[in-house]
Amino acid sequence: MRFFLRRLGFYVITFWAAVTINFFIPRIMPGDPVRALIAKNQGRISTDAESALRTLFGLDKDTTLWQQYVDYWNLILHGDLGTSFTYFPTPVADVIAGAIPWTIGLVGIATIISFTVGTLIGSGIGWRRGTWADSLLPISTFFSAVPYFWLALIAITIFSVTLGWFPASGSYDRSLVPTFSWEFISSVIYYGTLPALTIVISSISGWILGMRNMMVTVSSEDYVTVAQAKGLSERTVLFGYAARNAILPQVSSFALSLGFIVGGTLIMEIVFSYQGIGYYLFTAVAAKDYPLMQGIFLVITVAVLFANIVADFVYGVLDPRTRQEG
Amino acid sequence: MTLTSPLDGAGAAPLASDGRSQRLTPSADPVLEIKNLSVDYGYDDDPVHVLRQVSLTLGRGEVLGLAGESGCGKSTLAYAATRLLPPPGLITGGEVLFTDRSGVKTDLLRLNDTQLRASRWQDMAIVFQGAMNSLNPVYRIGRQIADGIRAHEPKTTQKEALERAAELLDLVGIAPDRLKSYPHQLSGGMRQRVMIAMALALDPQVLIMDEPTTALDVVMQRQIVEQIAELRDRLGFSVIFITHDVSLLIEIADRIAIMYAGEIVEDAAALDVYHRPRHPYSSALLHSFPPLRGPRRELIGIPGSPPDLSKLGHGCPFADRCEFAFDACAKVNPQLVFPNVPGDDPRRAVACLRHDPSAVRAVGEEPPPVPPELSLT
Repeated sequence: MRFFLRRLGFYVITFWAAVTINFFIPRIMPGDPVRALIAKNQGRISTDAESALRTLFGLDKDTTLWQQYVDYWNLILHGDLGTSFTYFPTPVADVIAGAIPWTIGLVGIATIISFTVGTLIGSGIGWRRGTWADSLLPISTFFSAVPYFWLALIAITIFSVTLGWFPASGSYDRSLVPTFSWEFISSVIYYGTLPALTIVISSISGWILGMRNMMVTVSSEDYVTVAQAKGLSERTVLFGYAARNAILPQVSSFALSLGFIVGGTLIMEIVFSYQGIGYYLFTAVAAKDYPLMQGIFLVITVAVLFANIVADFVYGVLDPRTRQEG
Repeated sequence: MTLTSPLDGAGAAPLASDGRSQRLTPSADPVLEIKNLSVDYGYDDDPVHVLRQVSLTLGRGEVLGLAGESGCGKSTLAYAATRLLPPPGLITGGEVLFTDRSGVKTDLLRLNDTQLRASRWQDMAIVFQGAMNSLNPVYRIGRQIADGIRAHEPKTTQKEALERAAELLDLVGIAPDRLKSYPHQLSGGMRQRVMIAMALALDPQVLIMDEPTTALDVVMQRQIVEQIAELRDRLGFSVIFITHDVSLLIEIADRIAIMYAGEIVEDAAALDVYHRPRHPYSSALLHSFPPLRGPRRELIGIPGSPPDLSKLGHGCPFADRCEFAFDACAKVNPQLVFPNVPGDDPRRAVACLRHDPSAVRAVGEEPPPVPPELSLT
């Protein structure tokens, strides 16, 4: 238990550091956000609006940096991330809250499928190395070596444009009202299949290769030979002894990839015009929407941290050696 | 099921011309007979012959020591006899006959997968070299002992299996509350004891120990060896004890087989090997460590290094390093025969042309006499 508490303490400190850096970086940058905004719009905003914008950004009051820092924390802990420029006057928190379920739902499920299937295939190939199963490796490596945007475009060309099996863009049929009805959910699944499939295809080889190589290493460990010598069933030796130990490094990479789900699928969401967090980050960058960018960065940081916490805990459960006290 | 061939009947005289298949059975009640076992490494056209027609018999209740330099095939013999040989090892011939308590003989090399799984651990258990890595790091040791028991006795509940595991730990002198420990919480000596306890879980008749004490310090080595001897007296299993440490074998073994370059070169009672070695290699091995008791003797190393098994010629593989080698040694690979020393124990065997005049005459040479160093009485 002390192990978990210590890890938790570590993550609280990391979170504090991340938020602090997120706060200071824009303030260290030279320039005045209001002037920049006016200059960017080149006369379309009248100079009279300048004081109004200053009030909106909270720059009218002469507060110390320390006071701003305390206020920033206060706002974050209340879930207030400011107001988006591009989706004015929607608060950043609402924009992110609207986008995140789509990203987590689609990319999360795709990543879990990719990890599960890849790890299973990898265990099988590693266990029977030197057989026909090894020929699966170059095929899967080929797909992961193909640049993702190209793979996605090819998939759209073949399955949406030529064959017409799946829609080319969007996340659900726009004529439907988002409710928890079967009609809506099936539409979400239908629209999500192609993006999810391309993610699985491009990422699965990493899982297969990682697991296969660990299986090859672990299979030659003495305890696997002992398990064979004990006359345990092949199933028990494979899953209880070989794969059970080979999966440990996979778990940490899986947790890391979970963290990157939130931010790391920019290209997929752009190519498929999928309204997830990556898509909003892209529009925010294009429109120089600083509050939205900062909010998304914060959410990504928190997601990576949270995934690390999960990884640590799962690892602690799976591997007794990391639980060692002291 | 395979029956022994009539050639193996106890009491048949060892014949020099066909020494291997007609060797005397050293024990009237064998529990494990390895016959003409050959192992190759490599699947290509030019495999390395790591074991060449090795025959060995283990009597019931006997401790048989298997000694030799690194790379002579000791461990390969253990892995091949249990069919645990990792790729690219391949058993190319021979038999491994196991005789159960009711006297039924089984050839382990001809069992199918299911029969083999059922036989493993139940008939023959093995303790490996790496005490540090023989336990699964992610399971508690109790669970690891119990899963072996439950794999063979499906009706046993987990609770009963853990109770048995606690008794087994007690047997090797480890507190039963250690069942809940993970392997990394135990010292090397304790882990090796756990492995011994685990090996005894199903009351096997044969225990193969592949360098069980190599990774341990000398004090722990001694404790483990004494424990094995004590457990053997209590439980009556037979042991094949593999080590490169001949001095350790003299302490524990009833009989010692010396291996060189994938063959057994001498097979005799432990004290006979110690006091009256007949093979030049055994003699040299014994002179390469100080005696534990008695007068001091000069230590002499063995010149040269073991031969490359992929480049063995026709002659005796030890000839290049042997001070007693003569012309015929380059032409004939000696077979195991009764030593050419009057009054020797009739159950011992040696593979050296100095003891095999008829094989020397067969290539048209005059056999030289047995040197005094190889005919001590």
